[in-house]
Amino acid sequence: MRGMQGLLFAVATVLLVVVSTYYFFKEWLPPLVSDREEIDSAIAITLLVTGLVFIVTNLMLAYFGWRFQDHAGARSGYTHDNPRLEWTWTLITAGIMFMFLFGALGLWAKVKSPPPADAMLIEVTGQQFAWNVRYPGPDGVLGKTNHAIASQDNPIGLVADDPGSKDDVLLLNSLYLPQDKPVRVQIRSMDVIHSFFLPNFRVKQDAMPGMTIEIWFTPKQAGAYDLGCAEHCGLGHYRMRGKVHVVAAAEFDSKLAEAATQ
Amino acid sequence: MAHAAEAHAAEAHAHAAPTAFIWRYVFSKDHKVIAVQYYVTAMIMALVAGILAMLIRIQIAWPEKDFGWLGAIFPMGYSGGVMNPEFYAMLFTMHGTIMVFFVMSTAPVSGFGNLLIPLQVGARDMAFPMLNGLSYWTFLPACVVIMASFFVGAGAAAGGWTSYPPLSALKGAIPGSDMGQTLWIVGMVLFIASFTMGGLNFVTTIVNMRAPGLSMMRLPLTMWAMLLVAILGLLAFPALTAACLMLVFDREFGTSFFLPTGIVLNNTPLLRPDGTFVHQGGSPLLWQHLFWFLGHPEVYILMLPALGITSDIIATFCRKALFGYKAMVGAMLAISGLSFVVWGHHMFVSGMSPYLGMAFAIGTILIAVPSGVKVFNWLATLWQSRIIYTTPMLWAMGVVSLFISGGLSGVWLGQSAVDIQLHDTFFVVAHFHLIMAGAALFGVFGGTAYWFPKMFGRLMNEPLGKLHFWLTFFTYYGTFFPMHYVGITGQMRRLYDPYQYDWLKPLQGINEFITVSAIILGAAQLLFFVNFFWSAFAGKRATENPWNSNGLEWTTPSAPPHGNWPGEIPTVYRWPYEYGTPNAPKDHVMQHEPPLPGEHRD
Repeated sequence: MRGMQGLLFAVATVLLVVVSTYYFFKEWLPPLVSDREEIDSAIAITLLVTGLVFIVTNLMLAYFGWRFQDHAGARSGYTHDNPRLEWTWTLITAGIMFMFLFGALGLWAKVKSPPPADAMLIEVTGQQFAWNVRYPGPDGVLGKTNHAIASQDNPIGLVADDPGSKDDVLLLNSLYLPQDKPVRVQIRSMDVIHSFFLPNFRVKQDAMPGMTIEIWFTPKQAGAYDLGCAEHCGLGHYRMRGKVHVVAAAEFDSKLAEAATQ
Repeated sequence: MAHAAEAHAAEAHAHAAPTAFIWRYVFSKDHKVIAVQYYVTAMIMALVAGILAMLIRIQIAWPEKDFGWLGAIFPMGYSGGVMNPEFYAMLFTMHGTIMVFFVMSTAPVSGFGNLLIPLQVGARDMAFPMLNGLSYWTFLPACVVIMASFFVGAGAAAGGWTSYPPLSALKGAIPGSDMGQTLWIVGMVLFIASFTMGGLNFVTTIVNMRAPGLSMMRLPLTMWAMLLVAILGLLAFPALTAACLMLVFDREFGTSFFLPTGIVLNNTPLLRPDGTFVHQGGSPLLWQHLFWFLGHPEVYILMLPALGITSDIIATFCRKALFGYKAMVGAMLAISGLSFVVWGHHMFVSGMSPYLGMAFAIGTILIAVPSGVKVFNWLATLWQSRIIYTTPMLWAMGVVSLFISGGLSGVWLGQSAVDIQLHDTFFVVAHFHLIMAGAALFGVFGGTAYWFPKMFGRLMNEPLGKLHFWLTFFTYYGTFFPMHYVGITGQMRRLYDPYQYDWLKPLQGINEFITVSAIILGAAQLLFFVNFFWSAFAGKRATENPWNSNGLEWTTPSAPPHGNWPGEIPTVYRWPYEYGTPNAPKDHVMQHEPPLPGEHRD
């Protein structure tokens, strides 16, 4: 059955293009609730450009695969290169990539910029398989920790007689954030690598043992969201989860105090 | 050029074929036998790693369902009919390790490299046949060691195929981090030793032992791919060897290359009797740098052979000169060069300096340029061709398709800020399974059908091959394309039960679809096994040049005898892609045919 294979390939490829494009129109990203809307814009632009290239190149592949099947007596064209055409598509591709690069580097610099001076400090320490969340309390200072004294009752090794630690607020697998106020989160780990992932906030940062890594962002919408671990950290990796509560800034202190007593 | 002298030197090396079975087929030094040994071993490893993948997918789709019969087959992995979390971690760790190193670095590189290098460059054998045999007999123990790890104490390594410390360095961090991880390290070091021996052979043979007239710019692109792959392997793998040795020291002798001060495992600080920490001052990031310094060139080690094979197949079955040969060589050189300066894109969210993230984003996004050039050149070759849809051609079309689909998502992931959302999600799984695993796998299938005559002197069954292609093509996309969507939603990799998370619960339906597709995909591969072994013994006998192709490998009987050519090694007069030449007597001109009157082509 000469002719079948090329037709089948063309139909299969068009089917791929139609079905995959249709599903890309659905809303897959979880709702955004932080100030990182530019990441969503970058995703949208990338989807648009790569989507167009995907559609055009696949349709060309499908058409050529069908159109240029062997016909009796036919003879193929004879060309082995065309420097002008080749330089054109190379430079166009390079131009598009430089535009992506330009946007990507600018956005990265913005995401990684130093936090605003009024950002609220929070510490999150991963351990197998829980997130220890700590707020500095009214004095604004996180008390000292000493890993050598860590234990079942004191998982992050808080030094009790340090003046800074007296009013520290500790939570487990629960993160309270004030709405519309920038927060800076210092991420640490007691044991292996974890990854602090807030899908609705477009935030992900590995918790690397031996390092304190600071990130910052601004929660924008009140509500409860998921906190997950995105780096394989052991048997309980799948259940190393928590909840993020974004509350109105005015109610933040009372909500936090309430959560701490539970 | 001293081609003639070198060819003579090569002939001087050639010995008569050994007659005893053990020297001819077991401890052979003949590159064609070694190639088949590598290839078949990789097939067996693929079968194992494929079964692991099925178990992973079943678990992701139905984490709480009771599979009593699976529990009966794998008693060590199931409690009753429910999988244990540690078994799940072993499954994805070993699936990745076996597939990346023992299947997809082995079948295309060691399998096709060994089969094709002497045949396509016109040599009697590889430069160092003894080293070649030794390479396989180092590889086989590596396979045995890796497989044995399933049967020791707490089970196989479970720290992920990347084996990030501290998980892989602390024996108490996860079951499998004990003896299983040790065997993983030993297996990897043996594998690297074997790959290094192979690489030395590849480079030496391609550079020194080409037939008279076969200049570098007349090499088939498969040979360029093999040369670059060997160089990448020789330069990149030592980083992992070093890292593995350091990991052994951290695990066994209390050093701290990858372990920082202050590790508290299970609420117990790891202290010496004097109250100081056992491990002090190391960095887990160091492992990641060393691992990915290998790991990124490694993905091109998997892929480049498939790209070369695809070009060879497309030109042959388009009956048309390959478009843009020089640009294709240039693109492969550019991809290989860039592959050494992009490893940090695996570490955008690791906590390394953001400035490094910038540098690695630049190299990563630039790789799209040579990759695009390859696709455009293939499309231009198809234009005004006259395609003959044999099984190899279908696979080559599949490679182009997957290379487009999988390549474009690289533009997403290369943008470091976008990667924040997508890192360690199924989007990444979709990306690399389409491009690195899929394109490479399709290239292997295409190459197998294409060069089967040179392996066994027979042709594979065409209808069965086509059925295998179509089932694989549909289910491969059905399995891996929807992973983009669940990945954008944020479903993380390596989760024993994704539906513990509220926001991932709605994804169960799509995950079930993926699993069903994956199981059909897995089952369809049995067709290939049947076709392969049946055809090897009972397939249609192949002539010298069944596809009317141009390369030197088609100037010798199928299968070639020991020493490859019964007579003189042919002299080369042109590149291997001379198809559809106007005024030529046939629609193709082979590399060894004397120049046509007025022929201008190099």
